[in-house]
Amino acid sequence: MLAEFLQFLFSGLTVGATYALAALGFTIVYNASNAINFAQGEFLMLGGMLAVFLLEIGLPAWIALPAAILLVAAVGVAVERLAIRPARDAEVVTLVIITLGVSLVLRGGVQLWRGTATHALPAFSGDAPIMVAGAALAPQSLWVIGVAAAAVALMWWFFERTRWGKAMLASASNRLAARLVGIRIEVVLMLSFALSAALGALGGIIVAPITLTSFDVGVMLGLKGFVAAVLGGLGSGLGAVAGGLLLGVLEAMAAGYVSSSYKDAVPFVVILFLLMFLPRGMFGAQAPERV
Amino acid sequence: MRLRSRRGGLAITGVVLAILPLLLPNAFWYDLPTRAAINAVVVIGLNLLIGYAGQISLGHAGFIGIGAYASAVLTGRLGWPPLAAMVAGALATALLALLVARPILRLRGHSLAMATLGLGIILSMIFTNESQWTGGPDGIVVQPFSVFGREVTGERQWYWLAAALLLVTLWAAGNLVDSPFGRAMRALHSAEPAARAVGVDPAGVKASIFVLSAVGASLMGSFTAHYVGFVTPQVASFLTSIELLTMVVVGGMASLAGSVVGAIVLTVLPQLLSRFEGAETAAFGLILVVTMIAMPRGLVPTLRERLGW
Repeated sequence: MLAEFLQFLFSGLTVGATYALAALGFTIVYNASNAINFAQGEFLMLGGMLAVFLLEIGLPAWIALPAAILLVAAVGVAVERLAIRPARDAEVVTLVIITLGVSLVLRGGVQLWRGTATHALPAFSGDAPIMVAGAALAPQSLWVIGVAAAAVALMWWFFERTRWGKAMLASASNRLAARLVGIRIEVVLMLSFALSAALGALGGIIVAPITLTSFDVGVMLGLKGFVAAVLGGLGSGLGAVAGGLLLGVLEAMAAGYVSSSYKDAVPFVVILFLLMFLPRGMFGAQAPERV
Repeated sequence: MRLRSRRGGLAITGVVLAILPLLLPNAFWYDLPTRAAINAVVVIGLNLLIGYAGQISLGHAGFIGIGAYASAVLTGRLGWPPLAAMVAGALATALLALLVARPILRLRGHSLAMATLGLGIILSMIFTNESQWTGGPDGIVVQPFSVFGREVTGERQWYWLAAALLLVTLWAAGNLVDSPFGRAMRALHSAEPAARAVGVDPAGVKASIFVLSAVGASLMGSFTAHYVGFVTPQVASFLTSIELLTMVVVGGMASLAGSVVGAIVLTVLPQLLSRFEGAETAAFGLILVVTMIAMPRGLVPTLRERLGW
């Protein structure tokens, strides 16, 4: 009974940590540009696929994995420069479409390059499960939760303790005022895409040994990351992390206790009801509406 | 001016639809214009919602799915006549749309995008998972379409049916946009508080247009199901919703001619690229990005401005 519950909780927290990283990516870009980057999920996919590829061509893991993250961050910068910046002043709908277009380009490009096959990344430290109160815990789950927690802590340090982080927060809260005190909005925007792409890639890599990866895993991961970000009140970093973890746990519990075929529907049902009855999310601030 | 250009557009579309068969070498070539016309009808409905009333939807493929599966399941498994199945699908869609319209359309911007996306995805998962009825991911065969015992068969008959549907929709949508309801709808988009001040009921107008566009999508889902003779959950997928949204935006928001052009361009283009696996998706995305950057208002409104029509 308890063992079963713990088992579901562990697997929920593991996937949830990935959703949290994706949601954090959505939040960072949203704060910097007011846009939802629908290509966020593709950053997770790219991270996993590039890591698999770099290991395949014989690079050691300690080079291949960071290299994959850096490459995806570079893709993030390219996306911002080529697709987002030229349309900076466009309406929300236009920006949504542009990022959807970018996601199709990335997904289609990877499909052309690697085909539709599913790839596996080896687990970081073996597959022998660790037994905790009767529940089997895969070592990779600990990696996922640990690395995600470290990344979240690093993000917190970056936003609270460094000049660049503070510059990003400042331009998120008031773009004009930030510009007036000498913050370069263009750099902030570019940095936000690099960061969210790197976070996405990290999430995609650490979860790839558990869920496997292929050209199309980004769609669901991205959409669920978006759900998690909205669940936590769009724009709140803490909310994004909490939203991601909650979503993962809810999904795992539903899969375990109710029905595994509707596991993927859980986040969308939750968000639909939340938006209908609590339109500002769990942690969203009560912002006055501008007319 | 506005009215004259509407009638002109309707006349041009009618003439093109009438002449096109003379230029098509054989029945095989009727397929693409038929699909384009059916898509155009859905896109016109969606454009009323997105372009005119300013309410985004990322889930309209779900409504297409309801229509398609209602037709497939009710005719195939329960032996209903196609017309009755189609109407039942449309009624079910209307009921669902009506139920969710008010709470969902209270949201705006990204929340609205999220909610409609969620609705669409839940619907598509139901079609995938309830395989004892829907055939699951493998899909289900659909009976041919017939009205009062007369069967619609062959590419030619389907082409004329789709052409007629497109013309009627174009005519009705034009009238709707120019009616008091249409003005209320456009007023909502540009300034909701101002519209409210002059007596427009925003929630009511939004809900009506949402239900209307959903029913349109459902009906076209039914037609597509009978036309293709097969339905898979693909018709209701997120990607289909995105394709529809793309047709609206690339053709031109708040432009009926744009909806037709968008539907044609984005129905024909993927077909040309379908030989290359993955290239189709990538090219679709590239067109989206480039069009949105170069012509944020879409093909038709931008060209119209540049050429001074």
